[in-house]
Amino acid sequence: MTSETGAAEAATQSAHAEEHHTSTGISNEKLAMWVFLGSECLLFGGLISVYMFNKGRIGPNDVGPNDVFDIPFTSVSSFVLLMSSLTMVFAVSSIARGDLRGNRIWLTTTAALGATFVAGQVYEFTAFYSEGLGFTTNLFGSAFYALTGFHGAHVTIGIIMLMSLLVMSLRGNLTQERAETVEIIGLYWHFVDIVWIVIFTIVYLFPQ
Amino acid sequence: MATVTPESPDTGHTPDEHASDGGQMAEHAQSTGKQNHAHPTDWLYVKVAIALGLLTAFEVFTYFESLHGWGDTAIIIMLILMMLVKFFLVVAFFMHLKFDSPIFWRLFVFGLILAMAVYMVMLTAFRIW
Repeated sequence: MTSETGAAEAATQSAHAEEHHTSTGISNEKLAMWVFLGSECLLFGGLISVYMFNKGRIGPNDVGPNDVFDIPFTSVSSFVLLMSSLTMVFAVSSIARGDLRGNRIWLTTTAALGATFVAGQVYEFTAFYSEGLGFTTNLFGSAFYALTGFHGAHVTIGIIMLMSLLVMSLRGNLTQERAETVEIIGLYWHFVDIVWIVIFTIVYLFPQ
Repeated sequence: MATVTPESPDTGHTPDEHASDGGQMAEHAQSTGKQNHAHPTDWLYVKVAIALGLLTAFEVFTYFESLHGWGDTAIIIMLILMMLVKFFLVVAFFMHLKFDSPIFWRLFVFGLILAMAVYMVMLTAFRIW
């Protein structure tokens, strides 16, 4: 190998490393998000287990799941959150194409659908409370509010991140070159969606 | 110097391999800033969303009295299967794990399996089954 070829290769490798800022060939930010999501599985796994353990621990005159759950209402909320995942992938694909206007529209739509879901959850909590199920009423209530409340908090954080992306986009700081930022926020958003897929089935639909 | 076929840094596949991926991949690898990897088409996303909606509708359907004659165990097994299909549809297509680097898949599945194992043991210890 000549010294010229060696220098050219070194320059290429240096440019490649600079482009990715990583020694693995994959994005560090995306890797970090996946590690974080893997750890979130443990958090929600714990909360779901606590719910499963306590859901039957209600007194004979206590308010239980069958007294408060409104399945048609929660089904609509679940559908709204599922569809927000579709709008989120559209946001990711639009910025990858360089369609900044489309990206803003889909980010806003996703945040609006997420906000609709959170509003539904607030309404549900209010209705449950008025029917006599508080956080400390019984173990079922504590486990239920802890699990769904943590999930709602995650959705709310997701909405804040989406709105931050929108502000970045409006200020001209979110261009096609930074499409991966949208993709990483999208990963978080889809994770929140899959957690709800599990919660909806186990908490609401499993025969009590 | 040896000729190097350009590879997607996060999949290890050449663009040609992506383009011939069952006809479902976009014709072109879309640039995502730091990385270049092919994304599914928007129509594929819509098809996945329709499948998710239909599965959710069927899940809700099982809640109503008409299926209660099947017994709780059968309903729970059916619900778990539908939940798993929905889960993996979102992870594989919306989160791009089907098309992304295998290391992401391994990291996520590791967390998932660890969580399931730890809490299965815990629930078994408390004799919940």
